[in-house]
Amino acid sequence: MSVPVQARAGRFNAVHVLVFAGALIALGALPFAVYPVFLMKAMCFAIFACAFNLLLGFSGLLSFGHAAFFGSASYLSAYALSAWGLSAELSILFATVSSAALGAVFGAIAIRRQGIYFAMITLALSQMIYFAALQADFTGGEDGIQGVTRNPVFGLIDITDNLSSYYFVAVIFVFAMFAVYRVVHSPFGQVLRAIRESESRAKSLGYHTDQYKLVVFVISAALSGLAGGTKALVVQVASLTDVTWQMSGEVVLMTLLGGMGTVFGPAVGAVLIVTLQNFLNSFGSLVTILIGAIFVVCVMLFRRGILGELQARFGRK
Amino acid sequence: MTTIFDMPIAILGLQILIGLQNGAFYALLSLGLAVIFGMMNVINFAHGAQYMLGAFLAYILLSWLGLGYWWALLLVPLLVGIFGLAVERLFLRHLYHLDHLYGLLLTFGLVLIVEGVMVDMFGASGLPYSKPDLLQGAERIPLSWVTGNERDIMMMPVYRLWVIAASIVVCLIVWFAIEKTRLGSYLRAATENPTLVRAFGINVPIMVMLTYGFGVALAGFAGVLAAGLQAVTPHMGSSLIIVVFAVVVIGGMGSIMGSILTGFVLGLIEAVVKIAYPEATNIVIFVIMICVLLVRPAGLFGREA
Amino acid sequence: MLKNLSLAATLVAIGSMPAAAEKLSDNAVRIGVMTDMAAVYADLSGQGSVVAAEMAIEDFGGTVLGAPIELVSADHQNKADIAAAKAREWIDTDGVDMLTDLVTSSVALAVQEVGKEKNRVIMVVGAATSRLTGENCTSTGFHWAYDTYALANGTGTAVVKNGGDSWFFLTADYAFGHSLESDVSKIVEKNGGTVVGAVRHPFPTTDFASFLLQAQASGAKIIGLANAGSDTINAIKQASEFGIVEGGQNLAGLLMFITDVHALGLDAAKGLFMTTGWYWDLNDDTRAWAARFEEKVGRKPTMVQVGVYSAVLSYLKAVEAAGTDEATAVSEALKSMEINDVFTTGGKVYANGRMAHDMYLVQVKKPEDSSGAWDYLDVVRTIPAAEAFQNPAETGCPITN
Repeated sequence: MSVPVQARAGRFNAVHVLVFAGALIALGALPFAVYPVFLMKAMCFAIFACAFNLLLGFSGLLSFGHAAFFGSASYLSAYALSAWGLSAELSILFATVSSAALGAVFGAIAIRRQGIYFAMITLALSQMIYFAALQADFTGGEDGIQGVTRNPVFGLIDITDNLSSYYFVAVIFVFAMFAVYRVVHSPFGQVLRAIRESESRAKSLGYHTDQYKLVVFVISAALSGLAGGTKALVVQVASLTDVTWQMSGEVVLMTLLGGMGTVFGPAVGAVLIVTLQNFLNSFGSLVTILIGAIFVVCVMLFRRGILGELQARFGRK
Repeated sequence: MTTIFDMPIAILGLQILIGLQNGAFYALLSLGLAVIFGMMNVINFAHGAQYMLGAFLAYILLSWLGLGYWWALLLVPLLVGIFGLAVERLFLRHLYHLDHLYGLLLTFGLVLIVEGVMVDMFGASGLPYSKPDLLQGAERIPLSWVTGNERDIMMMPVYRLWVIAASIVVCLIVWFAIEKTRLGSYLRAATENPTLVRAFGINVPIMVMLTYGFGVALAGFAGVLAAGLQAVTPHMGSSLIIVVFAVVVIGGMGSIMGSILTGFVLGLIEAVVKIAYPEATNIVIFVIMICVLLVRPAGLFGREA
Repeated sequence: MLKNLSLAATLVAIGSMPAAAEKLSDNAVRIGVMTDMAAVYADLSGQGSVVAAEMAIEDFGGTVLGAPIELVSADHQNKADIAAAKAREWIDTDGVDMLTDLVTSSVALAVQEVGKEKNRVIMVVGAATSRLTGENCTSTGFHWAYDTYALANGTGTAVVKNGGDSWFFLTADYAFGHSLESDVSKIVEKNGGTVVGAVRHPFPTTDFASFLLQAQASGAKIIGLANAGSDTINAIKQASEFGIVEGGQNLAGLLMFITDVHALGLDAAKGLFMTTGWYWDLNDDTRAWAARFEEKVGRKPTMVQVGVYSAVLSYLKAVEAAGTDEATAVSEALKSMEINDVFTTGGKVYANGRMAHDMYLVQVKKPEDSSGAWDYLDVVRTIPAAEAFQNPAETGCPITN
């Protein structure tokens, strides 16, 4: 889809450095003002949305099945933590690598088609993961995996209390954001945008576009897995919620709301949606209606999303 | 009794008829999606919600206004169609110049709104709807003309026979109207080259609006048929729509006859799986979809882009 | 029992005469009702559970040990992760002392786990799984109103004794369905019946025709529905199309609520057996309470909603008896109390947290016998508490006293 992209290829300028430094300080101070579990959850979804946006925003591929990666990683990390007693970072790594592998399989099937076909194929594939999760023994069916333990990092650093696990998750978050930034601001990212704008032109320039699409699909799946695996550690539960197609829809909304042409917009969208769900929680079906309405308003009026609109208005060229 | 694979032939026959009847729903719904996609390039994610709306309107007509099933069959598609016209006029029309994906996203948002409103108004645990007396009971279908055994009799519920008949008739009418009539040829021409069609003095925006309304009305019609079979719940559409999407992908988008045939055939395949390996019922269509895509990326009846 | 209570109260009174309120964390008792406000369980719990909790607080007098009782509520959307996160937040930042309702098994299991970690009282009412007081039991976790064991046991035993001695199951193909099927199978076989087969249907299923035909072909006298919610409703609704009941087979719903009967209509549901922990039309007290509830909510209460009332009321009584809101002490008080309220009389709380009370085997009325909306059930048999619920020693719960 054609959305203006302001991101310039890989060089840091002073503004970037300042923004990053400020964000880091804020990240360190936040848990003293806001409930840390909530923040951790928001960070997980922020990673998920940014990973998803590598496909939608920077490659023009709408996956409607990203819950498969997020959710299966959540199960695998929960299982590694509680059944195998693996350390926190290894469990998450295991979930991430598995998601990448799953992404390679899904990607190989899905990138054969474009546009809505691509969306529906990913949707169908993720439904299969949903059924597998519902029926496999290790997932506990609809009860999910309960009482996931926050095992020590490297087997040494205790993260059972909310504050220390917050900093652990914050490190993962910073790493993931940096990874997304690097992917976008690299020659690889340039080729992706070229494919998005016109696949046939990219092909005629000699790029094997299918390979590029597959690689970005795998990266996106891996980072979604990183998000899902971390989330299981945070909320200490893995359940069907994360593999439903509604979850796939939710991440699209986060991305759309935050701004899909921007690198970090989806993170903003994710934080907003998670906040909204948290604070309007006692209103029942009104939340669904409201989220649907935001979807419609975004599509009709703010297609650039929040960060995209801001950038367009306050002119980073 | 005559048996095949240890199963009385009457039961087997009945299973196949029921497969056909489930296929009838797939066919009706994927037909609506195919019309909307084929004519206006919109993926109507709200199709399931509009189907659900059809079932609820049938319930509302009966319990609030005392209008029974036959009235519902007539009025509900109209009402749901009008809802569709409003959606097209207010929202979709402004998205045609953009990527197809925006239509998908918009209709996804509409699903959340419509489902939320219905939960708010009617609760989520479901409502009863009774079929008309004419369609109650079961029909004895003898199979002795095949097997020569007088005891081979299928007891097929009349309502399910009616569903099969009604949807075949509707599907054929739609196919005929689009592929064989002048109006249909205008429609197809309008998707190819709207400017040219406009030059012939045809109001293309209105035609597109009516097309969407018509596709949505088909979903409403299917909803009324479903109300007689299952509990009317706000979430009845969302569990079905994903399967119907897979049906559409298998058939190949945009092909009218393709989606009708695929719908019925997949209903039959599902019926066989329900007997042989019921656990796989929900997955079989997705597996078929992947296999088809690997061999024919545009679907069985689709045109290669 | 009353003696016990007053004795405990006296002991507490002597031990801590000055400012009993100091025994309360931050000078208030906060109760959290976490429920499904908008999805499939909203009708059987939902806002009605919040109203029931308010009624309990009102009936208790609004204060306990001189401190105010506060109520918070939230929608967990049937998502275990949302529920667990919200429970932590309530406990960590809002000082919530007790959480209740918790419809949906995954939610209840997750929150009970949080309660164990944070030492809070968790009183599950809405969820079905027997695991809560079995392998996953905790010392401050309680289960009110019903569980899968009691339902399977009540319906299974009664139906076999009534002559329904051969069974075929329609089982939802996931953990809940499998465990319900195996629970009932054991009970059927224990009572001398046989299980002739089962078909695992996917979840969710809207068209049961094919599976019903398989059940019909099996020739079993009873078709047990080891599923829930709209699956059960659709199976029952479609069974009538194939003349299954007329053909001499009967259906047994293994997890059904009065709201499911309401959704089906009596025409489709008539004659069906099910087990319930409570029915609004049992006696004058239940009718009066139901009328009060109906005035506020607009419909009759389910066993879950009245169960929330009972749980909150019992909790407050236990806080008063223990003289503190510290979870271990309150839990001990609960386990030594007898539960007497509109929900049950003579209810006992086992060491594993299971509140044992009489259950009722009910049969759905014929349309002509019903006086109107919500007049749906006939009580066929009262199942005494000791028979209805599993002996704690057999549950696999390590907490035995």
